[in-house]
Amino acid sequence: MTAGSETDLITLRDVRFGYTDRAVLDGLNLTVPRGQILAIMGGSGSGKTSLLSLLSGRNKIWSGSVKVDGLEVGSLNRRALYDLRARMGMLFQFGALFTDLSVFDNIAFPYREKTDLPEPVIRDLVLMKLEAVGLRGAARLMPSQLSGGMARRVALARAIALDPMLMMYDEPFTGLDPISIGIVGQLIQRLNATFGLTSIIVTHDLTETLRIAHRVVIISEGKVYRDLTPADVRESQDPFIRQFADGLPDGPVPFHVAAPPYAEELLSAP
Amino acid sequence: MNRFLDFIEGLGAGITGKLDRLGRGAMFFAALLRILLPTFKRFHENIRQVYFAGVRSLAIIVVSGLFVGMVLAIQGYEVLQRFGSAESLGSLVALSLVRELGPVVAALLFAGRAGSAVTAEIGLMAATEQLAAMDLMAVDPMARVVAPRFVAAIISLPILALIFSSAGIIGAYLVGVELIGIDAGAFWSQMQSSVDFKLDILNGLYKAIVFGVAVGLISVYEGYHANPTAEGVSSATTRTVVISSLSVLILDFVMTVLMFRGLN
Amino acid sequence: MTRSRTNLAVGFFVALGMAAVVFMALKVGNLASFDNGAGYRLEARFDNIGGLKVRAPVKSAGVVVGRIEAIFLDGETYEGVVQLRIRPEFRFTSDTIAAILTSGLLGEQYLSLEAGGDPRYLIEGDRITKTQSAMVLEKMIGQFLYSKASESSGDRK
Repeated sequence: MTAGSETDLITLRDVRFGYTDRAVLDGLNLTVPRGQILAIMGGSGSGKTSLLSLLSGRNKIWSGSVKVDGLEVGSLNRRALYDLRARMGMLFQFGALFTDLSVFDNIAFPYREKTDLPEPVIRDLVLMKLEAVGLRGAARLMPSQLSGGMARRVALARAIALDPMLMMYDEPFTGLDPISIGIVGQLIQRLNATFGLTSIIVTHDLTETLRIAHRVVIISEGKVYRDLTPADVRESQDPFIRQFADGLPDGPVPFHVAAPPYAEELLSAP
Repeated sequence: MNRFLDFIEGLGAGITGKLDRLGRGAMFFAALLRILLPTFKRFHENIRQVYFAGVRSLAIIVVSGLFVGMVLAIQGYEVLQRFGSAESLGSLVALSLVRELGPVVAALLFAGRAGSAVTAEIGLMAATEQLAAMDLMAVDPMARVVAPRFVAAIISLPILALIFSSAGIIGAYLVGVELIGIDAGAFWSQMQSSVDFKLDILNGLYKAIVFGVAVGLISVYEGYHANPTAEGVSSATTRTVVISSLSVLILDFVMTVLMFRGLN
Repeated sequence: MTRSRTNLAVGFFVALGMAAVVFMALKVGNLASFDNGAGYRLEARFDNIGGLKVRAPVKSAGVVVGRIEAIFLDGETYEGVVQLRIRPEFRFTSDTIAAILTSGLLGEQYLSLEAGGDPRYLIEGDRITKTQSAMVLEKMIGQFLYSKASESSGDRK
């Protein structure tokens, strides 16, 4: 810990970033204290997932500052970046399990690659992690034999294998049935508490998010639009938040992509 | 006039596109070479990939080799007996197999069987974020996924080419000696007097190693750079087979000229 | 597929590859009976080497005793220089005759060595002085026609 507050794990200052010429994030400021479960919400393409890729150093910012545990992510060399990433876990949208490895080998993967532990120790550790997500019985299965919810839980067990300080979840509830959503949500909450993690969840699923998150941040036009507690969200009358919470097709986030007037375009010659 | 300019412009765009790909390929190759030595430390992963690339291609290689050898024997006999030198069949078959057909046909089959599978596998791993997940676990996908498959191709193809040639010679023996009735002694001795270990067998082996590098590189490159969609992966797989086959045939011509030019 | 079974299959695969190398070396390529590097080198000069090629066999009484290593032209004498390597177990007298012959009517050309009775033997780097150039079919036919023509003109006289 070289700089930054002891209590804040993540500090983002005036972050500007984009994939093309257009800035996706434009002057974003955000701090995340240790131990918090933070939900990030926003429309598609609002830069939620980009935010995660900046935290893990997979993309570089144009300007501003991204600090994780006091380290400026953008200026780390490859080795230091990998050291930092070893202390992060990420759950991908569809789990991203290695399809050519069994469930057991998937979870053993980080141990085999990043540690020199002997095989019997690895075996015990893997079984412990599998037990934590309730899937010890599925150790010998291949990922293709798992349901979506089980795959997500295996991926979760793999992500926490090396006891990270920060967990990032990219749409952890997408494509799951309500029961699985509940299970994954509960796991996120429990892991955060028992392992003392800090969690960032990028999601669309407001109901489950409000149940587990400590704090909800809504991103719009490249900036933090609202920074609220779950209770605030439930009671908010803000049309933007209500559109999200109630799933309205049209509102501040328009249904139509910006275009010239309909009649005008139909009548004009190509 | 306008159409002509469009054509020229299209041509230019096509060429810059191709050059761009070539440049990326070269940079990819350089990056791969840099991490090649540490790759050998992942010994078991290399073995596993040799299993997928080499052992799984064994059946098609042996069967194709046998049949190519048998056909060579029938056609070769047909021509040779007109000149009354049917007993040269052994030397004809062995030289064509060891110098050309073994490495080339094995490489073409390998590109279709193993190369396309490698492209599809890596492409799908990219499409399902497995490579990103690995990168985030602080494990370099180039070292863990790409390099072992590349190494496996370089190890497997020379072995497969040798097995192909051997199977072909056995096939030719079966047809030529057992079926047509050429004298077995003449068959083998003619072969032995014309096939040189260094010039023919080793050169054939060098060819197979070069083809292994080419097919391996193209397969992993196309997979790694495939568009992460179903169409992207399927078109990358097709490209692997097409580009590998062309590269093998062109490289074969170049190497044949270099290796056997001074011979006659 | 467990680890040990994968290893077993790959081991089998590599062993098969080695068997193929042995098959190539012994049965196909005849590496065992003749090593390129061994033996001693001799030189022979011919007015015409015909279709003799590098790696062609050197035979004595029809038995292969060596191979042609190099062929080049002497720029001053315009003779074809043939370098050959003879297996160490065969020794040839210094009055040995080297001839370029053809196996069969249209077969490959080879170098024939016919030993004489000289007590001295050829050693590494020596030159075979008695040589007989290749028969060139066109020349032979030309000579034949010429002699026929001169015969018939002689008859007329």
